[in-house]
Amino acid sequence: MPIPSDVRQDFPLLQRSVDGKPLVYLDSAATSQKPRVVLEALQRYYEEYNANVHRGLYRIAERATLAYEEARAKVAAFIGAAAEEVVFTRGTTEAINLVAYAYGDAFVRPGDEIVVTEMEHHSNLVPWQLLAQRRGARLRVVRVRPEDGTLDLEGLDQVLTDRTRLVAVAHQSNVVGTINPVREIAQRAHAVGAVVLVDGAQSVPHMPVRVGELGCDFLAFSGHKMCGPTGIGVLWGRRGLLEAMPPFHGGGEMIERVELERSTYKDPPHRFEAGTPNIADAIALGVAVEYLQSLGMEAVREHEKALVRYALAQLAEVRGVRVYGPTDLEARGGAVAFTLEGVHPHDVAQVLDSEGVCVRAGHHCAQPLHRALGLAATARASVYLYNTPEDIDALVRGLERVRAFFGLSR
Amino acid sequence: MLDQLYREIILDHYAHPRNRGRVDGAEIAVEGANPSCGDEISLYARVRDGRLEEVRFEGHGCSISQASASMMTEAVRGKTLAEARQLAEEFKAMMHGKPPDEDRLGDLVALQGVRRFPVRIKCATLAWVALQQGLREYEAGRPARVVASSEDEL
Repeated sequence: MPIPSDVRQDFPLLQRSVDGKPLVYLDSAATSQKPRVVLEALQRYYEEYNANVHRGLYRIAERATLAYEEARAKVAAFIGAAAEEVVFTRGTTEAINLVAYAYGDAFVRPGDEIVVTEMEHHSNLVPWQLLAQRRGARLRVVRVRPEDGTLDLEGLDQVLTDRTRLVAVAHQSNVVGTINPVREIAQRAHAVGAVVLVDGAQSVPHMPVRVGELGCDFLAFSGHKMCGPTGIGVLWGRRGLLEAMPPFHGGGEMIERVELERSTYKDPPHRFEAGTPNIADAIALGVAVEYLQSLGMEAVREHEKALVRYALAQLAEVRGVRVYGPTDLEARGGAVAFTLEGVHPHDVAQVLDSEGVCVRAGHHCAQPLHRALGLAATARASVYLYNTPEDIDALVRGLERVRAFFGLSR
Repeated sequence: MLDQLYREIILDHYAHPRNRGRVDGAEIAVEGANPSCGDEISLYARVRDGRLEEVRFEGHGCSISQASASMMTEAVRGKTLAEARQLAEEFKAMMHGKPPDEDRLGDLVALQGVRRFPVRIKCATLAWVALQQGLREYEAGRPARVVASSEDEL
């Protein structure tokens, strides 16, 4: 079933206008808008059962605990996992750092190697640089092919060795939209005995993702990019790995018995959730997941594919526009990076903003990828389930305005 | 709103940059860069008898950063080092909200519209921060080639 045509009615912010022009939001790769049901869930928690979890013996505390753990179960089901394998974090960045510290410090030894790719968001690169520095390990890099923004997987065999301890790779590029074959990468990594972390920040919100099919060992993603609130994200990890990992943060909630000199810790996932968790946002993320399931993730993916097909065709008509990344719709998602010859991406985004069109400009936290493409910066339009062909038309009209504004002939 | 940012004189300097190029054997040479947006400016100045005799720049980046650099090269040429330093202070003060002395800043006041777009202020100040850094290093007698960024300035 396709995405209903009135889906935008679910999103209060999309009803707003800017300077009398309808808001055209094309920056969902940065953060998604939130449906009313998610906003109401936040309000309801604070108004009806705001209480700390896992401790109180009174009814609203029980209700809060139940709702928090139910949210975990919902998120787990969404990715085909068991609830005990789902750790709530602040977001993708914290989830990756959790693995880099708790798994990395315990299992990566001097001389070991960590494989990353040139395509990564800084959040799936810098934690591994820090780990390598802490542990005397070495980073190995899978390159990007500049012609189409895909990974050079032939190079993967050169970097995978018996010294490889961990492979960190994005499921989908936040800049050029490339969908990486993580299943194949995971198989090849496992063959040399490495564990695989997948950055799912740009895939879990946009397509059906089942951890069993990915074949990875860790999956990290953020709530705010998938119709949920900011400040909540997820680390999924294989049970055996999570159980073998020491804690990340110490504090309340993650302990069993505390003595003055030492303590024992809870089993995963609570071992990794020290302190009062982000209760309200976790519950609201559970609601966001239900919302996405009610639309169907296949439908979300198909909707975005159709929009990207239309966008690529329309952008090709704008003189001076160059789009980066794969052209095969099966091999790419809804992030469309582009440049307009003769105008810096920041100027492009500024003029588009004056037309009510929200795109992002810069390096999108992926400086090495831009370097590989030979660019300092790009503009990026990214779509989600609530975008329409009319949004793409507004982008194209805006780009014509940019051309006119900077004195480029038609 | 947009016209406040992209005043005609700014777009003119962007399309037709003044004093573009290198200065061979320059006493002051600074690499200015704001990595977060990719703006880059290489600034060169020849110092003769305590004055900036020739000031040129190369670089790439957004219209504001490049136009501001072009306007700066015109504004500081022929100035003593102290005068140039003073002008840089006044320009930065204007960009951070102080009403400018239009007689002293001249065409540079066109850039004050950038103030309404807070994320772009660092684009306008990059060339000036680079100049300040270059003057400091020159006066301290340190080697000519230095780096500067306006990203950490508030």
